[in-house]
Amino acid sequence: MPTIVVEVMPKPEILDPQGKAIANALPHLGFTGFSGVRQGKRFELSVDGEVTEEVLASARRAAEEMLSNPVIEDVVSVSVEQDAA
Amino acid sequence: MTAADTPLIGDFPSPAEARLDGARIGVVTFPGTLDDRDAARAVRLAGGTAVPLWHADQSLHGVDAVILPGGFSYGDYLRAGAIARFAPVMTTIVSEASAQQAESPLPVLGICNGFQILTEAHLLPGSMIKNDHLKFICKDQVLRVENTATPWTAQFTQDELIAVPMKNQDGQYVVSAAELEQIEAEGRVVFRYVGENPNGSRNHIAGVTNPRGNVVGLMPHPEHAVEAGYGPDDATGMRSGTDGLTIFTSVVGSLAGGK
Repeated sequence: MPTIVVEVMPKPEILDPQGKAIANALPHLGFTGFSGVRQGKRFELSVDGEVTEEVLASARRAAEEMLSNPVIEDVVSVSVEQDAA
Repeated sequence: MTAADTPLIGDFPSPAEARLDGARIGVVTFPGTLDDRDAARAVRLAGGTAVPLWHADQSLHGVDAVILPGGFSYGDYLRAGAIARFAPVMTTIVSEASAQQAESPLPVLGICNGFQILTEAHLLPGSMIKNDHLKFICKDQVLRVENTATPWTAQFTQDELIAVPMKNQDGQYVVSAAELEQIEAEGRVVFRYVGENPNGSRNHIAGVTNPRGNVVGLMPHPEHAVEAGYGPDDATGMRSGTDGLTIFTSVVGSLAGGK
């Protein structure tokens, strides 16, 4: 069953408080060498049947209008993943 | 059980004078709303009639104004307020609140999560992200009332300082630079945090209004400062602060045709 993957990230100009907290915590566990972290969201939309252009367009619209808030977030990718099984 | 008939522990009657039963204020309950009963109680203490509204019911039952109370509608899933925006009741609220032709579009107040819902519904500009220090805030907060032209703030004096509780995790108000300039230029900042910025909000903004002035959103909770004994500490004694009540008497007064 194919899956449409939508990835959403906080806008670059918006300070990401969660990412910053993670970045500050990494060295405590010995993970040095990372200068910053930004935390986003990944949505997996399952599709019964084929991913037509129409389905993909509908996923893109959902990504822009519901899965992200354009004031604070960008949709960075909408892609199709075929399930190996 | 409705919000209108369940007394709280320690309940005592509201002031008897100036009860304007004509002003019917709807208080919306979404799954996960917490402060609907407090908001309804504030309306009654201000002399209005509180009408419980249900998220799944598109009808506003003829109310004169609507309050979206605080809480965690739909568990804050996706983003705070993001799912509540699609509730049937919101369709009617958005259409009546943004009716350009209407002489007096529906007054709407969003408190905390209600403010977040109003931004997600595009009735108010901007959005809320996590507090810059990442901690949940629960404290009394001093605000300056900078716009007294809305039906929700008409009885304040310009730049009046009020103290009301504040409790949230996603309270950092963000907005694009262009829109920030616009709402500042148009005097649409209604409430501003006084003193240290509690959550990193742009320009210390605690509450804003739409261009028409009928829709107001704010992060802190005026409905928790309406009754002596249950409000913030103030000069007159412990928990005596009732600064929030003026928001509710303002809308009741505005609907009655006066101030």
